[in-house]
Formats: sequence, C-alpha cells, structure tokens
Amino acid sequence: MNMSLLKKITRNQMFIPVMALLLLAVVNLVVDPGFFKVTLGTNNAGNPVLSGYLITILDYGSELAILALGMTLVTAASGGQDISVGATIAIAGSAMLRILCGSNSHPDALQAPIIVAFLVACLVGMLCGAFNGALVSVFKIQPMIATLILFTAGRSIAAWINNNELPIVPDPKFAYFGSFIPGIPIPTTVFIVLICVIIMALVLKFTNLGLYTQAVGINEKSSRLNGINPTFIKFLAFVILGLCVAVAALIKVSRLSTINYSVIAKDIEMDAILAVALGGNSLSGGKFNIWASVLGAYVIQFLTTTLYKFNVQSDALAAYKAVVVILLVFFSAPKVRESLSGLGKKIAVMKARKGESK
Amino acid sequence: MNKTKLKGGFFNRVSDTNLLMTITIVIFLMMYIGAIVFQGSGFKKPQMFFNILNANAALIITAVGMSIVMITGGIDISVGGVVALVSMCCAVYLDKANGNIFVSILIAIGIGLAFGIVQGFLVAYVDIQPFIVSLAGMFFARGMTTIVNTAPFNVQNKSFVKLKSTRITVPKMGSYNKKGLYIPAYVEIGVLVALAIVVILFLVLRYTKLGRAFYAVGGNKQSALMLGVNVKRTKFLSHVICGLMAGIGGYVYFLHVGSGAASHASGMEMNAIASSIIGGTMLSGGVGNIAGTLFGVLSLSTIQNIVSSAGLDQAWWTGITIAAMLCIFLLIQSIVIRQRKRALKR
Repeated sequence: MNMSLLKKITRNQMFIPVMALLLLAVVNLVVDPGFFKVTLGTNNAGNPVLSGYLITILDYGSELAILALGMTLVTAASGGQDISVGATIAIAGSAMLRILCGSNSHPDALQAPIIVAFLVACLVGMLCGAFNGALVSVFKIQPMIATLILFTAGRSIAAWINNNELPIVPDPKFAYFGSFIPGIPIPTTVFIVLICVIIMALVLKFTNLGLYTQAVGINEKSSRLNGINPTFIKFLAFVILGLCVAVAALIKVSRLSTINYSVIAKDIEMDAILAVALGGNSLSGGKFNIWASVLGAYVIQFLTTTLYKFNVQSDALAAYKAVVVILLVFFSAPKVRESLSGLGKKIAVMKARKGESK
Repeated sequence: MNKTKLKGGFFNRVSDTNLLMTITIVIFLMMYIGAIVFQGSGFKKPQMFFNILNANAALIITAVGMSIVMITGGIDISVGGVVALVSMCCAVYLDKANGNIFVSILIAIGIGLAFGIVQGFLVAYVDIQPFIVSLAGMFFARGMTTIVNTAPFNVQNKSFVKLKSTRITVPKMGSYNKKGLYIPAYVEIGVLVALAIVVILFLVLRYTKLGRAFYAVGGNKQSALMLGVNVKRTKFLSHVICGLMAGIGGYVYFLHVGSGAASHASGMEMNAIASSIIGGTMLSGGVGNIAGTLFGVLSLSTIQNIVSSAGLDQAWWTGITIAAMLCIFLLIQSIVIRQRKRALKR
C-alpha cells in the first residue's frame, strides 16, 4: 500500500519538475537562508514594488512560461519542436514598435494605441505560426526543419520591418507590461502569465483541443479514422504558439521599450523546448501535461537566478545549465529509472532474505 | 514490391536519395552559371569558387558529420559549440602555452571525440532524445569556451601562422589582374582535408557494412534489428563520427580564422543542418547522401556570395535569401516525395 503510493508519486509527470524545484530551493536555503526573503521597497518612480529572488524568478520566468504553453501543444501534436520562437518574437516585437512609433523612430508621442499595436503583433505572430503550421501539416515537413526557415530569416525580417532602426517608445505606460503598474507591488508579468494560464485552462477544459492534440500526437492515422482532422489540429497548435509568441514579445519589448534585433529573445527557443522536456513531456509527441511544462519553465529560471547569485558570468551560465540538464534528463530517462527501481527491489529482496535467515 | 511497376522514366527509377541529390546539383549548377552570366566578373574567375571552398571547408566537414547522424534518424546541434570550443582551446594552447601544432591537432580531435562519445552513449544506450542531449552539449561547449577564455584574440604562434598561410596552388586555374600579372589560384589546407573526408565517408556509407547499417537504422529501426543490425552501436557510432567531424571541422575553422573567440561559429549547427537538407538528407532518417551535402554547402554559400555581390549588402538580405532558398528546397522535396509515394501506390 505504502509502496504503491510512493510509486504513484514518482511515476507522476509532475514529479521531476517539482523535485527539481525543491532541490534548488533547498540548495539555496542552505547556502543563503535569506533567499526567499521578499521585501517591499520603492522603485525610482517612488512606487511600491516587491523585490527579492523569488520575485525575480516569477518575473523573468514569465516569457518562458508563456512560450512553454504553446510549445507543449506543438510538441504534443506534431512530435517536433518550433525553433523559430526567438526569431518570431523579434518579428512580432518589431511590428509592435513599428505601429507604436510609426515611420519616425524617435517620436514624441505614441502613433497608435498600445492595444492596436498588440493586436497587430498577435496577428503577425499568428501569421508566422500559420506559416510554420502550413509547412508542417500540409507539406509534411519535419517541424524542426520547417521552422528553421523562420529561424534563419526571422531576425532579418524584424530588422527589415523597422528599416534597421531602433525605435524607442516614448510613453512610460508601455513599460508597465514588463515592470510594475504604479500602486501594484507585484510585477505585471505575473498577471499576464496568470491570464494566459487561465485562458489555456479554460480552453483545455471546455474544448476537445487537449484530447484531439494527444490523439494526433499518439497516432495520426488512427485519429484520422476517428474523425479528427490531424492537419487542422497541427496547424492550430502552431497558430496558438504564434499567439503565445506575440504575448512574450510584448513583455520582452516592454522591458526595454526598444528592441535589439540580433539579441532579443536569443536562444529562448532552446529554453522553451527544455521547459517542455523538463516537464516530463515526450519530445516525440503524444501525451502531454501543460502545467508540468510551465513548472519546467520556472525551474529553468530558478536555476538561472541561482547561478547568477553565485556570480557565474552570463556567458559561462550555459555550461552549468548543461550539466544540470543532463543530470535531470539522465535520471528521468525511463531506462535509468527502471534500472534504479530494479536496484531498489533487489536491495529489498536481499533484506527480506536476511530477515528470513535470522 | 513488383519491380516492373517501377520501370518508367528516370524519375521513378532512381532512389529518393539520388533524386534529391540530383535536384540539388542541378539547381547549384544553374545558380552558378546564372551568376556567371548575370553578374560576370567575380564569378568568372575560378578563384571565386576556390574562395567559397576556403571559407566553407569547416562547414563541409561538420555538415558531413551532421548528415550521418541525420541519416540514422538523429540530430546533433552541438557542432557549432564544439567548433568554437576547439578553436578556443587550440588558440589558448598554441598562444599562451606556446605549444606545438601536432599536439593541438590531437586536442581538437580529442575534444570532438569526447563530445561524440558522451552524446552517443546518452542517445544510444540511455535512450534520451538526441535533440535534448546535443542541446545540453551545445550549452556546455559554448559555456566552456567562455570559461577557457573570455576575450577573443589572434594566435601569434609562428609555426601555426606558417601553417595557416600555406596555400596550395591549383595549376592552370589562375587569372590575370588588371596589370596583367598572373595570380595563381589557390586553396587552403582545410579544403584538401574536407575533400578527403567527403570522399572517405562517401565510400564508407556506400560500400561498408557500417555505412549500410546507418541507412537501415534510419529507415526503420525495427526491421534493422530484425536484419541483425546492432541498432544501439550504430547510433552510438554515428554520434561518435559526428563528434569527430566537429573536432576536425573545428581545427579547420581555426586554421582558417586563426583566432579564438567565444562567438566563433555561432549558428553553424543550423547552417550544417540546412546544407544537409538542401543536399537531400531527410531529418526523418534513412535518406541522404554525403556528396549531396557537399553541394548543399556549396549552394548555400554561392547564394550568399550572389547576394553580397549583387549589392544587396544590407545585413538582412542574406538571412532572408537563405531562408527563401531553404523553403523552396523543402517544398520541392515534400512535393517530390509525395508524388513518388502516389506513383508507387498505383
């Protein structure tokens, strides 16, 4: 009875990301007991803000968490990953700035309301998603290869949209999305993530999207025989990811109030895919747990923040990340788990035998 | 399958691999001839072609390794990182420790093999997805490069500089400059290494047991197992070869640029993947050809050269044209394969 409960817990998909989070938390607590201290201070503008490592993680992990939502769907439906998200963030962000600033790159006032710019960015993001989706679903090109096209072209297109100039948004209100709204001490990004998560939860609860996605991911042919249109489901997954990309672009651009085409959201696609993998989702499609991916995203940010805390250079960060990733993936690999549990059983049997002989 | 049904035009007789490669070679030749006709001067000189080879010898080597992994159905996105790490390590060894060249070559091969073996083990024997394994490999290699040395620097080591500037003249391919002086055409040592590797691996894939095993495993794991192929070992070896190629490619890259920097070879893994695809290798495995990959690299760099010599030197045009070309190739592949499937069904 007790054993089966333990098994149930360790077999759960959330086990790995939750354990990783706990491990990171414990390490941080041992090294610095004040790690989780959250203090209320004021920022430069005199508004109350919460600060502390925990807030940093929640704040800076949000783009990744939003991307993880869409990436999980794409992974589950198509059995492949979208490696163009970083580049499409650049495109969507660039389009947003183009609408906000117009043709003049340093305007005195906004040329269009923020909501219009955001909607245009959403449209652009969805278009990019539709392009990828069409290549994958209609032309049956492997997702990683299909998205390689926008991966190569994306940053160039982003630069082309704004004529390679770097527009600066004059309105301080635009910066609220990536920082704090005056009077509210919690980062705005946290609310944005919450809204996205709630919308996704509602969609998964009240539509068949989740079920259909799984069905297509597990076996495309049999899902077609059951009346599901695999082409459309795959296409839809990419379009949804495009929407997530637009939201992430809003946060990214808002943090700086400007854009740097070659640097913005660089390598974020790798982190987003990693989040999906850390969440215990199979990268070859099929069953998925979207919340585990979101948790995975925060694990990555937690790790990054922890490493920064230990004064690791930002360029060298990747090496440490790699070691942790390999360890995590190694111990969550079914093969290793099986042999480990086999080892556990052997020990138990040996103990039982010893008891008998006594 | 009934063979008589397959008889017909050339289209139906060649294998997927050769068909895709033929398309690539034809398009490459058309592009190059088009460049000679419409752009004239630069492309008329054979040295233009040799310059493309000189600049892309390292890419050819890494792309060839990548093709082998892709033929077995895997992927390795760590090659760019390994190239950067190799050039940084060799640069530090040669410059700061004043080491000798032979040892530096061993270092390069050692680093490449180490990455190949570890990644191959994790992919083949522990059953972790190759994408994640090599992603971690890429992170590790890039991170280690900055840990080894942060600032970029040029290598001053005398014997290395001598090796770097060694030029092999190609007879009868030179041209006369404006003053009427004869300038011989040349290639760098890296090009010879790259061509040798292409030939060797081409033969290995075509005529050895191991080479056929790569195709078998990539085409269908289950039936490969039934045929008595050691699937795990084959996968492992494909990654080891890819790692080795990344190591050698890293040294050739280092020999071409002569410096160590953390930003070296950024995006090279994607270029290698793109060249493999343009050359007719399919990511799903089982289809691909080393000679095709060579032409993939050549097509990719020719279009880059055309774009820059056409005066569209704003940075974004290169990215957009390469992507457009990739897109066209992928669509052609997709349509061709679909047509053939339909033809086979009939």
